[in-house]
Formats: sequence, C-alpha cells, structure tokens
Amino acid sequence: MDPLYQFKIERWAEFRLFGYDLSFTNSAFYALASTLLVIVFLVVASGKREMVPGRMQLMSEMMYEFVAEIVRSTMGQAGWKFFPLIFTIFAFVLACNLLGMFPYFFTVTSHLAVTLALSMMVFGIVVGYGLVKHGFGFFKLFAPAGLPVWMYPLIIPIELVSFLSRPISLAVRLFANMMAGHALMKVFASFVVMMGSAGGLLAAFAIIPLLANSAVIGLEFLIAFLQAYVFALLTCIYLNDIVHEHVGH
Amino acid sequence: MEAEAAKYIGAGLACIALAGAAIGLGTIFGNYLSGALRNPSAAPGQFTNLLIGFALTEFTGLLGFVMGMIILFAV
Repeated sequence: MDPLYQFKIERWAEFRLFGYDLSFTNSAFYALASTLLVIVFLVVASGKREMVPGRMQLMSEMMYEFVAEIVRSTMGQAGWKFFPLIFTIFAFVLACNLLGMFPYFFTVTSHLAVTLALSMMVFGIVVGYGLVKHGFGFFKLFAPAGLPVWMYPLIIPIELVSFLSRPISLAVRLFANMMAGHALMKVFASFVVMMGSAGGLLAAFAIIPLLANSAVIGLEFLIAFLQAYVFALLTCIYLNDIVHEHVGH
Repeated sequence: MEAEAAKYIGAGLACIALAGAAIGLGTIFGNYLSGALRNPSAAPGQFTNLLIGFALTEFTGLLGFVMGMIILFAV
C-alpha cells in the first residue's frame, strides 16, 4: 500500500515524435477532462441569461465576480486586460484540484511538471509583457528608487533572486499541497485497513482513523479551493509589479 | 549505520521544517484575528494580505516536505 502509487503516470496510448515521448497519459486525459468540465459548465450556466438567475447561472456569476474581485483589488483598472488569463488559470487549477478529489481519479496538479509549466507560463508573461511595455526600464524592477547608493550592490542580487525564485515557489506550493494532501488521505485509509484486519480490540479502534480521514477529506476540499485562489492571487501580484511599475519612460 | 536507515532518519529530520511553518501560520492567523477583533471594519481589506502571508509561510514548510520526499524517493 504505497501512498504514492496514486500519482503513477500511465501511458494510455503510445505516441512518439522525433524521439520525444508524447504518449496520451492519464494525466493528459484528466487535464483535458478538467478543461472540458470548465467549458461545459460555463457554457451551460451562462447560456440562458435571465434577470433573476437560476442556481447554475448564480454559480457562474459568483465565480466571475470572485476572480474579478481578485483582479480589481490587486491590480486595479490597469490590470483588467489580464482578467481572462487569471480567470482561465483559476478555473483550470480549481477544476484539476476538484476532479482529483474523486476516488481513483488522477490529480493533474499533483505533478511538478504540470504546475511548473503553468508557473513558467506566468513568469514568461510577466517578463515578456514587462519588456514590451517598459523596454529596458523593466530592469529597474530590481533596483528600487530612493535608496542610498551603497545599498544597491546588496539590494539588486536579493531582488534578482527573489524574482527568479517566484515561478519555483508558485509551482512547488501547488504541487506539494496537492501531493501531500492526497498522500495523507491514503495513509489514513491504510491505517483503517491495517487496524481493521488486525482483529480484536485494535479493529474496534479502526473507527478513529476513519473519522480522521473524513475530516481530512473535508480539509482537502478547502485546500483544493484555497490553492487555486492563492495561485490566481499570486499571479495577479506578480503581474501587478509590471502593470504599475513606476519607472521613467 | 546502514544507508537505508540513515535515509529514513534524514527524511524524518526534514519534517522538522513543519514545526516552523506551524508556528508561522499560528502567528499569522492569530494576529489577524486579534487585529480583526479590535477593528472589525478594517479586517476585510486585509484579507488578501493575510492569504499572501499564509501562502509564503506555508511554502517554507512545504520545502521541508519536498526535501523529505526527495530523500525518500529520489536519492
């Protein structure tokens, strides 16, 4: 009963191209399923727009309003053009996290390869947009104005390291949260099986890890939502640096 | 000592990082709550900052977890 067995990637359809392994895996399937889930949900929910919203329409409006509030509170009106990006990231991560909560389902975001790809995309957008918008002035991000001159040799490396570690921290946070949570559920579940099969008094106490596991599952739903929120929020904050960079043009 | 045993001890030691993260999370949420009770009207405006602090603090603990996983399964 290896708690990490659930993260195993299986090739469902072998496919190789130019020496690269591009097989259709269970990870790819669930990523695709999450995307379709979001699209179908939003199309169905907002297809029939009424003055007095039904349950489905209300849910989609709440989701929209929730993400809109993140964008407004962190970037203001200037960052509104990034709303589609933030909404897509939030919806995709949330769908992947929640889909992984079904028993026997694969959690796409529990692999560093997936989350690092997401965070490197965000990083690429921050750097690319910063260079396009500010040109060479983008690099003033690493040298905040108004400091004594002798501080700069100290500040610039610190800012540089902090900037470069952002995609890593963004990716590792999501991946480690999902992986640790799912491994924890599996460990508690294996406690129930081990104690239950031991027989006698120990079997009667198997109810304790069972109840604990129920609580952990509730916690996991909170984490699944919170991590999607934190991912979107931090993306907004990183984008805010370049949207509101006060540099002389 | 056998290398296998040292590996498990190392993985266990890496989990000490979680103690620091636990202290940090308790400080963040506790201080937020005490501040929010003193001035409830200002609390919602700081909710975003609370979650940023939560995310950054949690990350340091998760680094310890990742270290443990690397020691156990990757090395």
